[in-house]
Amino acid sequence: MTRDIALVAFAQTDHRRSSDELSEVEMLMPVLHEVLEQTGLKTADIGFTCSGSSDYLAGRAFSFTLALDGVGAWPPISESHVEMDGAWALYEAWTKLLTGDADTALVYAYGKSSPGSVRDVLTRQLDPYYLAPLWPDSVALAALQAQALIDAGDTDERALAAVAARSRADASANSHAQLARPVPQGDYLVQPLRTGDCPPIGDGAAAVVLAAGERARDLCERPAWIRGIDHRIEAHGLGVRDLTDSPSTRLAAQKAGAFERPVDTAELHAPFTSQEIVLRGALRLDDTVRVNPSGGALAANPIMAAGLIRVGEAAAAIHRGDSDRALAHATSGPCLQQNLVAVLEGDPR
Amino acid sequence: MPEVLKAPLAVEFPFTRSLGPVQSAFLTGLRERVLLGVRTTDGRVLVPPVEYDPVTAEEIRDLVHVATTGTVTTWAWNHEPRRGQPLDTPFAWVLVRLDGADTALLHALDAPGPDAVHTGMRVRVRWAGERSGAITDIACFEPCDGEDTVITVHVGEFEEPVTGIVAPARLDYTYSPGRAQSAYIHALAERRTVGERCPSCRKVYVPPRGACPTCGVATTEQVEVGPRGTVTTFCIVNIKAKNLDIEVPYVYAHIALDGAGLALHGRIGGIPYDQVRMGLRVEPVWTQGARYPDHYRPTGEPDAEYDIYKELL
Ligand SMILES: [Zn+2]
Repeated sequence: MTRDIALVAFAQTDHRRSSDELSEVEMLMPVLHEVLEQTGLKTADIGFTCSGSSDYLAGRAFSFTLALDGVGAWPPISESHVEMDGAWALYEAWTKLLTGDADTALVYAYGKSSPGSVRDVLTRQLDPYYLAPLWPDSVALAALQAQALIDAGDTDERALAAVAARSRADASANSHAQLARPVPQGDYLVQPLRTGDCPPIGDGAAAVVLAAGERARDLCERPAWIRGIDHRIEAHGLGVRDLTDSPSTRLAAQKAGAFERPVDTAELHAPFTSQEIVLRGALRLDDTVRVNPSGGALAANPIMAAGLIRVGEAAAAIHRGDSDRALAHATSGPCLQQNLVAVLEGDPR
Repeated sequence: MPEVLKAPLAVEFPFTRSLGPVQSAFLTGLRERVLLGVRTTDGRVLVPPVEYDPVTAEEIRDLVHVATTGTVTTWAWNHEPRRGQPLDTPFAWVLVRLDGADTALLHALDAPGPDAVHTGMRVRVRWAGERSGAITDIACFEPCDGEDTVITVHVGEFEEPVTGIVAPARLDYTYSPGRAQSAYIHALAERRTVGERCPSCRKVYVPPRGACPTCGVATTEQVEVGPRGTVTTFCIVNIKAKNLDIEVPYVYAHIALDGAGLALHGRIGGIPYDQVRMGLRVEPVWTQGARYPDHYRPTGEPDAEYDIYKELL
């Protein structure tokens, strides 16, 4: 059975450096209510619920179960969770809808980085034998990738600064962004990356609603039809990979149908300026494509939600009529280790 | 609104991990100052070695001895070393392709400054003084000229091989329970128990978490409940927990405080364990300076009727 599935609503919090006056569920709930209001659905109408988050950000086991309070997780709810960015939860929900087991799905993701040191927290996702004992932090690993790109002649520090400036200038139109105006490139955090090349650390949440077939048309004036989604992974060992390229992104894009026709908009999950260079190459995006009109992860990077936000922003551009065919990308793991690509389209006008 | 509470929270755990044959040989090799890689079926040598080919997923076991010298394939200058990192003075993170290997190993390079580091530079392993069979047996790399002799065959067998590692991890957080739970804890300090009522189903949640899990809506209306309550269900604990000075057997129960829409849990005292029953009426017992009830004891009232608490089991 083939069914057309669309993203029909998207909401996100204002992303902030700290939201410690709120628990995760208190931060999340307004966003859940907002997507339901957009569609007129109630929690009991939702066929499948899936979330993405990480216990390591909270420092507490099974922290995601508390967030479930916000969705009315009362039997017989059909519910699942991924310990990854919410974009992967969206992938699970999409497959669930494809099987015909549900007609609507609520997908949400959240991350509060403010309670801990996110650079240290992310070291715990690395290989525990060869990498984690050395505590290489997320900025250091991204900096190795940036230097590899500079050595290969694919970019230089000026080009990276231009990515940072463009992203934050574009974010001035995004009321949710944490950094919504150009910020100084600043000093090296880990050379060759400067503070300006790195994403802000912040707290935030996002939610989307998916619906199948005619149901999607009932719930949304211009649904963002998901034409394809795929996600691929590369070798765990950084020294095995060519850090200047992202074959997994290219393969995911190919499987999602991204290369069949040009896209007009791309929301790329590139927390570091250098990663946008890698992704533009892997996805063959030229200057005709609007890249990250939302400002992207350089303007707001709530960990575990930032990838889902890319899909949500791409869909919202279609809902508004700003885009007819958009590509959304999400990443997880160090140096673009895992990559998801979705292709979204609006009905012809 | 009362102040939202915050407290330091350290999460610390020593992960004990066992090693497969290839990782065991590699880490034992480090202890003996021997660097081993593994050969893939298409002839590439992976250092550090893995047990499955990253391209074909075939199992690979063919160990290869590589040099302790190599070439930097990329680097990044770390001018502010962080806790746990290999050096506490500024250093370069490097990926190093050891002579004889086709892939690169991540580690630290001890160099005077970023101007002394470049891609393609030659480096050598500096061994740690005391080695135990861990990646940290390599203290770091250091700049060098020339190269070591490459020994091409090593069976990878050692006396007393390392078969596991203990990987300690510690992360420090500042925990905040948010608005609803802060209010609950503030009230407990005054020996009061407050919940929050759901505007939709009218149930009172104790402790409150700011949301009704049934309706999925925010709860805000504070309601004081208790102090007395009813045992809805219980169990008898026969095994003494570590660092707990409560004599076993004791009873751990679900207690529906009067006015609450669901039960919380607590220990029952002041009554022999085999006389605790469903419907028993109890009240909290506070000890001097405590921030929550130590246990609950019988009030002496008649037992509650089952129909009164059957929805709260
Ligand atoms: Zn309710």
